[in-house]
Amino acid sequence: MTDHSTADAASTGTTPADAPKTMIRLEGVGKTYPGTTVPAVAELDLEIPEGEILVLVGPSGCGKSTTLRLINRMIEPSSGRIIFDGEDVTKVDPDLLRRRIGYVIQQIGLFPHQTIAQNIGTVPRLQGWDKQKINARVNELLELTGLDPSIYRDRYPKELSGGQAQRVGVARALGADPEVLLMDEPFGAIDPITRDRLQNEFLRLQSELKKTIVFVTHDIDEAIKMGDRIAILGDQSRIAQFDTPERILAYPVDEFVSDFIGSGSTLKGLNFERVRDIELVHDFPVVDVNTPRDEAQRRFDASDEKWMLVLDDQQRPQCWINGTHLADTSKPLDQLGPRVRAKVPPNATLHDALEELLMSNAGQAVVVDEKGRHLGILDVERLADVLKRMRNEAKKHYDELAAQQAALDDVQNDDVHDAEVNA
Amino acid sequence: MSAPTRTADPPAAAGRPESAAPGPAPTTTRRPPGVRLIKSNAGLIISPAIIITGALLLLWNYNRSDRIFQDERALDWERNLRPQLEQHLSITLWSTLFTILIAVPLGIMLTRPGYKRLGGPILAVATSGQAIPAFGLLILAFAWLGRGPWTTIWALTLFTILPVLRNTIVGLEQVNQSVIEAGRGMGLTKSQALREIELPLAVPVILAGIRTALVINVGMAALAYLIGGGGLGATIGAGIQLRRDLVLITGAGMTALVALSVDWIAAIIEKGLRPRGL
Ligand SMILES: Nc1ncnc2c1ncn2[C@@H]1O[C@H](COP(=O)(O)OP(=O)(O)OP(=O)(O)O)[C@@H](O)[C@H]1O
Ligand SMILES: [Mg+2]
Repeated sequence: MTDHSTADAASTGTTPADAPKTMIRLEGVGKTYPGTTVPAVAELDLEIPEGEILVLVGPSGCGKSTTLRLINRMIEPSSGRIIFDGEDVTKVDPDLLRRRIGYVIQQIGLFPHQTIAQNIGTVPRLQGWDKQKINARVNELLELTGLDPSIYRDRYPKELSGGQAQRVGVARALGADPEVLLMDEPFGAIDPITRDRLQNEFLRLQSELKKTIVFVTHDIDEAIKMGDRIAILGDQSRIAQFDTPERILAYPVDEFVSDFIGSGSTLKGLNFERVRDIELVHDFPVVDVNTPRDEAQRRFDASDEKWMLVLDDQQRPQCWINGTHLADTSKPLDQLGPRVRAKVPPNATLHDALEELLMSNAGQAVVVDEKGRHLGILDVERLADVLKRMRNEAKKHYDELAAQQAALDDVQNDDVHDAEVNA
Repeated sequence: MSAPTRTADPPAAAGRPESAAPGPAPTTTRRPPGVRLIKSNAGLIISPAIIITGALLLLWNYNRSDRIFQDERALDWERNLRPQLEQHLSITLWSTLFTILIAVPLGIMLTRPGYKRLGGPILAVATSGQAIPAFGLLILAFAWLGRGPWTTIWALTLFTILPVLRNTIVGLEQVNQSVIEAGRGMGLTKSQALREIELPLAVPVILAGIRTALVINVGMAALAYLIGGGGLGATIGAGIQLRRDLVLITGAGMTALVALSVDWIAAIIEKGLRPRGL
């Protein structure tokens, strides 16, 4: 049951309370290309939540692009229904449907004979906006995507770099402010540094726009970075797991998923937790620089730790000291041991904290507030605890889903039973 | 060689629009406009020079020659040369026009999904048709349609369908599939995609085919007089018949000059119609 529960949950609406409204729903959508017998997409049930980025990720040839193109009916489904914002669009005029859905492809496909402004104005023009409105919209979109309209408006696509062309592609897809954006490996053909920058910019953009986005990639790291939710697809677009990146990393439901997310998935999971959200070590021995020696010695002896943290009179961490240092009375406390190097702010991710921690002398990282004041200590055991908790929570979530599903099946059986009794 | 040579890193500059300082102007690696203009238009500038020189040579040759009565008569502008020139041009233009009207729509049709299969066979027929010598085709048309300029026009139309058809098909097929996909994905209908994306992007190739047809037609129009179609060929014929070198040279020279001029004008049109940005 466990490995199917995710897909079932998506299709039967038993998704947890934190799930937003469904923008697009695929009901048993399938596609068998003419001349082939094996479907490229077998009966697929998928709910695409409003205002979120849903990433479709899976190995090459598993049907991601086909799935995406079924949504805007660039490919006509062989079976099933597509519900767009509550409306069955399986049979509506596909050209009109597509004007409501932005579409970005990997090859970008800018019209080479049209200026950037004309490219971006395509859908507004198709929708019959007047010139002035289109103009204003083009400028707005160029600025939104970080391109200066006065420079780029009248250029032709061949006069752009790859990264700029990609931005224009996104701006063009946003042309008439569609509710939904489909993106097929939009950052695939770009060097890693530019890709990283475009991803970050796009996430910033999305935090303002809150569009419903379906994002296809074959790169699990990109999926984890971009996705509010991820659908990991196997052969014929079968959903292997559908969940938030945190939970997928913490609890891959089967071997296919864990193979696909690869080694180091636990470490990647640390990116989703922030230092401020976890319990810090508070019983770590700490002294401030003015503490008398015998008091400091007493505290050190009272704890099992090998090191003690020295703060200055403003509570700012200064150095680490051990028994040997304590015995040395020639210098004040804060000039004895190695300096504190690993300091992390509360909003750092655990991944950042781990990196700092590994660099520190004492095997601990000090959490400090924005004024540099000591808040607590983070050590490897704490991180291990967090990982364990994440895994347990994810597992609990899946167990609950399975239980809910079972309960629901019972209710349905009862309904059938009641109906039979009444009849 | 200061700031403008920095072609790199436009995205960074774009990220902070306010930094669009005087330095990196939008023109990145372009040559000075003057040089570019002359270089890319060299052909367009040299052709008229050759044409004018040729015309002056013909005129000079005419004036320095001893002319007998037949010369004067055969080379009389109002009586012979001007009407022949007009016929020559009208044969050329009509046959080219008909070729375009037939071959371009046919080419478009043969690249649409439903009719793609027919493309191969039709091109094959057209290609083998091209193997018939134009002169033979002219005679065949004469046997079938009789004397007159229209016979020539139809024969030439038939003869020049192939280059235009082939270039229309090739031109449409070479359009980047992802550009069409992006357009259709945004909601362009099939015919909008054809009109706004495919045809503009195929224009350079189609125009090249049309220009080929035009050049063939203007050359072949010189043979029209053989089946009573008129044209400058008539003067060449007269020169041969009368054994008058002056008439022969003037007729042949004018035919050549007309061909050059037509090609030159076609080149200008081709340049003008070529979409910017390609
Ligand atoms: N037009 C088509 N006709 C027939 N089969 C097709 C067609 N397009 C795709 N396929 C097949 O459908 C399957 C899914 O293809 P699709 O392009 O959706 O994969 P994908 O997941 O996007 O892969 P990639 O990551 O390589 O882009 C593949 O096996 C492919 O060979
Ligand atoms: Mg694909």
